[in-house]
Amino acid sequence: MLDPTSPLRGVSDRLASPPLPVEIKGLVYETGGKRVIDDVDATIESRRITAIMGPNGAGKSILLRLMHGLIAPTQGEILWAGRPADRSMAYRQAMVFQRPVLLRRSVAANVSHALGLRGVGRDKRAICVDEALKLAGLERQASMPARVLSGGEQQRLCLARALSLDPDVLFLDEPTSSLDPASTLAIERLLLDAQRRGIKVILVTHDVGQARRLAHDVMFLHHGRVIEHQDSQDFFDNPQSEGARGFLSGGLVL
Amino acid sequence: MTDFIDAFRTALGLIATLDPDLVEILVLSIKVSLSAVVIASLLGFAIGGALAVYRFPGRGAVSAVLSALMGLPPVVAGLVVYLLLSNVGPLGVLQLLYTPTAMIIAQVVLVTPIIGALTRQACQDLLEEYDEQLRSLGASSSAIVATLLWDGRYRLITAVLAGFGRAIAEVGAVMIVGGNIDHVTRTMTTAIALETSKGNIALALALGIVLLTIALAVNASLIWVQRLANRLAYA
Amino acid sequence: MNIHRRLLLGLGAAFLLASFASTGFTAEDDFIVVQSTTSTQNSGLFDHILPKFTKKTGIDVRVVAVGTGQALKNGRNGDGDVVLVHSKPDEEKFVAEGWGVKRHDVMYNDFVIVGPASDPAGIAGLKDAEQALAKIAEAEAPFASRGDDSGTHKAERHLWEQAGVDPTKGSGDWYLETGSGMGATLNTAVGKHAYTLADRGTWLSFANKNGFEVLVEGDPKLFNQYGVILVDPAKHPRVKAEKGQAFIDWLTSAEGQKAIASYKIDGQQLFFPNARPGT
Repeated sequence: MLDPTSPLRGVSDRLASPPLPVEIKGLVYETGGKRVIDDVDATIESRRITAIMGPNGAGKSILLRLMHGLIAPTQGEILWAGRPADRSMAYRQAMVFQRPVLLRRSVAANVSHALGLRGVGRDKRAICVDEALKLAGLERQASMPARVLSGGEQQRLCLARALSLDPDVLFLDEPTSSLDPASTLAIERLLLDAQRRGIKVILVTHDVGQARRLAHDVMFLHHGRVIEHQDSQDFFDNPQSEGARGFLSGGLVL
Repeated sequence: MTDFIDAFRTALGLIATLDPDLVEILVLSIKVSLSAVVIASLLGFAIGGALAVYRFPGRGAVSAVLSALMGLPPVVAGLVVYLLLSNVGPLGVLQLLYTPTAMIIAQVVLVTPIIGALTRQACQDLLEEYDEQLRSLGASSSAIVATLLWDGRYRLITAVLAGFGRAIAEVGAVMIVGGNIDHVTRTMTTAIALETSKGNIALALALGIVLLTIALAVNASLIWVQRLANRLAYA
Repeated sequence: MNIHRRLLLGLGAAFLLASFASTGFTAEDDFIVVQSTTSTQNSGLFDHILPKFTKKTGIDVRVVAVGTGQALKNGRNGDGDVVLVHSKPDEEKFVAEGWGVKRHDVMYNDFVIVGPASDPAGIAGLKDAEQALAKIAEAEAPFASRGDDSGTHKAERHLWEQAGVDPTKGSGDWYLETGSGMGATLNTAVGKHAYTLADRGTWLSFANKNGFEVLVEGDPKLFNQYGVILVDPAKHPRVKAEKGQAFIDWLTSAEGQKAIASYKIDGQQLFFPNARPGT
């Protein structure tokens, strides 16, 4: 919850403090008899953007949801700065999904509703909504029904909504996979801006170009295991595993 | 055939002169059914929303029972409420039998499952789309219910309309608990039953025509409210 | 949007409150509930005499019209203050079992056998009701029975018994047990070209005769006595004994009896007052 005694901080001028490092220890997730996440051990220390990549079905989305706490692991744990995630930590996280999920209300109301869920009072809410819409370039559309926006605008709105919650950690699950280049650019700009303000961004992406543009380090998943985790430059120039090599060269990785 | 022609003529006559008996019966019918629907909506929205969101053992069974109760015969609902309110029943001390309040209670019993089951379905459908996002935003279960109810408002209005249609048209429940007492608990439907049993077929038909017209008018105005709310919701 | 939502909610709440306020939720107490029969109700007698009583005493009379059997059952449950039915043996049993204070004669009318003008069983003009029923059974002509344990039904059953016929053997064939009130049974009779036993009051005020006529009348065995009983407050303390007794007193008084006698349809008197003074 936003600290009611802290001075009103504009979305655009505060510095986040994400609880790093993230330590994933012995993580296992089984469903329907299958081991979707198969004993993952990894550590994320960088304060810059981390990309999670891998072929379809590798378990990237599941891993993201496990980190965000939307699902519980079958075994293992995830520690944030040495502690497991609790309620207050969950409130400092936000997620944007592959397809924009917006309520049947106006653009502004969608952001306002999310702030309301976090207990933000009405007066503060109005200001936060304004700032969020400004950030996303959607002030003109504030009163429009959110669901008549274009795909790119909707996703920008989802991102703005997530940012308005003042998160320390931002998860994104292939946010631009179905968007046009202009919208993708807008989203990427917002992510770089978020990174500048100290927010830890963890991004699942299919798009190698996007990963090159944004990521500082890349975690490569295959069959539910992390088979590579390096600085992005090293990863793209010199992939260690056969799977990664195949993936980066555009082949179908079985 | 002559009965139908007589009926139309009688109906027009009653409406044109604003026959006081007719007006009295009409006002009571609408008051009873509308009150019942309002109460049933509050109950039904809460039950339907909770069933869709909260997980508990036996949830499936409760949902199935709720859906089954949509088809509860009005006479049975009336009979159950009658047994409760009768002087020798558990709630006899309230002396509610043969009053409009008893009729409202019986119709609430009848209409709540309809609104509840339809609300549950609407919320469930929405939940499929919203569940992850809402949990990501940190919404509590009760906050999720509130969100779904508002977002599903158009389907809920349809559920309310269905409930009202059931209430205004039934005769079994209000007849048993109300007693069809002249000037006290006589509604359109019980009046139609009475006039039919007196052989006043044309008058009974006329009342039926008036009832149909009123039901249509209420439906139309509710749809107007729906459109209005639709526009306002995006203000 | 919030303001508009609140407005809609406010309107709804206001309407709900208004409805409650005027639907007798906060009802006044000046009324009694009389459990009576559909035949009496359908004859229109109550519409004629009750306003006179209310005008005199200020007590509103709410009539619940069901079959005699149900009226007495409701009386046993205490769901009424007064019972006014037409089945003397059952009424006396009601009092004997302690549910009622005392039984008073009020009025009588008679039953008639009505049927299609074509009269397939040939009973028109007979002076003996049992003989007429025997002829109907023999011809297996359709006959509609109340079948609902009402006063009329009990009277009908008694007549069959005396005639030495068991009509239920033909139930579903020519003997149609409707299980309904007098009006509904008459509708069925007319629709099925069937004979039926009806009280004269309901028959005279029935508007769907469709060519049917009174075929048998005047037999003393078709005599139909009405009685009124106060539900015993000792058994059901919530019974409005004083007001209920006031109604009974009025009904059996000269004024009430005159009111009953003055009720006519097409110039014909329906009910004949016969309360004995001092009872």
